[in-house]
Order: sequence, then structure tokens, then C-alpha cells
Amino acid sequence: TKGVLCQNSVESPRNPEQKIIKRVIALEGDIIKTIGYKKKYVKIPHGHIWVEGDHHGHSFDSNAFGPVSLGLLHARATHILWPPQRWQKLQSMLPPERKPLQREQE
Amino acid sequence: MFRNVLGKTFRFLGYTVQYGCIAHCAFEYLGGIVVCSGPSMEPTIQNSDIVFSENLSRHLYCIRKGDIVIVKSPNDPKSNICKRVIGLEGDKVCTSNPSDFLKSHSYVPKGHVWLEGDNLRNSTDSRCYGPVPYGLIRGRICFKVSLMLSSNCTCQKR
Repeated sequence: TKGVLCQNSVESPRNPEQKIIKRVIALEGDIIKTIGYKKKYVKIPHGHIWVEGDHHGHSFDSNAFGPVSLGLLHARATHILWPPQRWQKLQSMLPPERKPLQREQE
Repeated sequence: MFRNVLGKTFRFLGYTVQYGCIAHCAFEYLGGIVVCSGPSMEPTIQNSDIVFSENLSRHLYCIRKGDIVIVKSPNDPKSNICKRVIGLEGDKVCTSNPSDFLKSHSYVPKGHVWLEGDNLRNSTDSRCYGPVPYGLIRGRICFKVSLMLSSNCTCQKR
């Protein structure tokens, strides 16, 4: 859904048996600057999203395997339930340094 | 009187929920009837053919080379496409069109499959949008239902 940037549970494109949780950084049509991807600037193709872990450099995310097809999107993570000292609502916010260079609407 | 009606309504709702859950599980994990459209799988599957697809192979990870599969479109998650699996992960596939003079090859990456339609001249498939993640596969086509002119219904095993 356009405009909603959140953490999503996605079937891993490399290993279909595994689900990975990452943050949605960019939607289709956006142009972003990548961190360690084979291309420095990427325009997200139609029907795909760009996901990144919050801990850059230690994350197996789109910077490794590229844009993810929306069909692999499984669910949205809304809360942390366990352990109890980590109870919280997950905030849907985009880190300012990871803002797309160009949005589709502009 | 009112309690009777209320009781019957709740029982009816209970049955509806039960059968709804069973139907959902059946379509999700067992299979269902699919109507195919488009020329990309001719002559194997014609436009408006009715096929039966089973979803067990997809969940048990036993999709094999040569299977015809229903896949969520990589570029449009709301639509499905029907193609044949030409290569599994690690296989070497030919990525150029049959009409190209110079052939190019590549290896199918881990967790992906290479799909091609049987009607190579009229099919947008992996030669166009690249290898498709295995997670997008929804089911494997195992039967084609063909309606003969004499109004008998026969099933062809594929």
C-alpha cells in the first residue's frame, strides 16, 4: 500500500522455506541509493518493493538480493510480544537518511 | 421463541464458519479448478481451458523440471500466470530468444525457477522478466478438463 512504510514479514527470495522481517524502504517507481548493492542507484520495478534491515551492514536484505516481488509479502509486523521486557508497538517510520531520491508521485 | 431463533442463528453461523475454514484450507493446501487464458502455453493449454491445480507439491517443495505451474506474477501480485518450469536453482538455462543469432546462458540463482511458455514465440516469461522466486509458485497443474462435443466430460492426465 502506497505511503505506508513499515516492517514486513517476507518469504526470503533466496530460501523459500524461510521468512525474513525487514523494513519497507521504497515502493515501486521510487529511485533510491543503495548500500553495497551491485548498482549504486535503483529504480524499483513495478510490483516490487525494497526492504532493508535497521542494522545496515549486518543485514541480509534488498542490498544483497535486490527488489522483492510483492507476491512474496506475507504479513506486517505490528508488535513485539516476547520477551516481556521488549513489549512494544513497532513504529512505521522511514529513517531520514534512507529516503528515496525520487517518489513516483512527484 | 426468541431463544429458539437465536440458537438456530448461532448454529447456522457456526456451520458457515466451519465449512468456510475447511474450504479455505482445501483451496490453499490441496488445490482447485483454474481457468487459463492467453496463448502462451499453446498447444498444451489453449485459451479458456479449464485445469485442476494441486498445491501440495508447492508446500512439500517437490516441484520438478517440466511441471506446469501457476505462479503469482512477479510484476503484478494480483494476477497469476501459467508457465512450464524449464530450470530449477543451479541449472544452466538459455536466456536468449530462439530467433537470436548469439545464444546467451546463465545459471538459475538459489531459491528461483526459470519459467517458459510452450508457445515460445508468443510468451512473456523468464526470458523477459528473469528468474522467478520459488515462493511465488502457487500450484502445479495436474489435470486438464476437456469438454468433448458429445457433452461427455473427460480428464486428460498431464
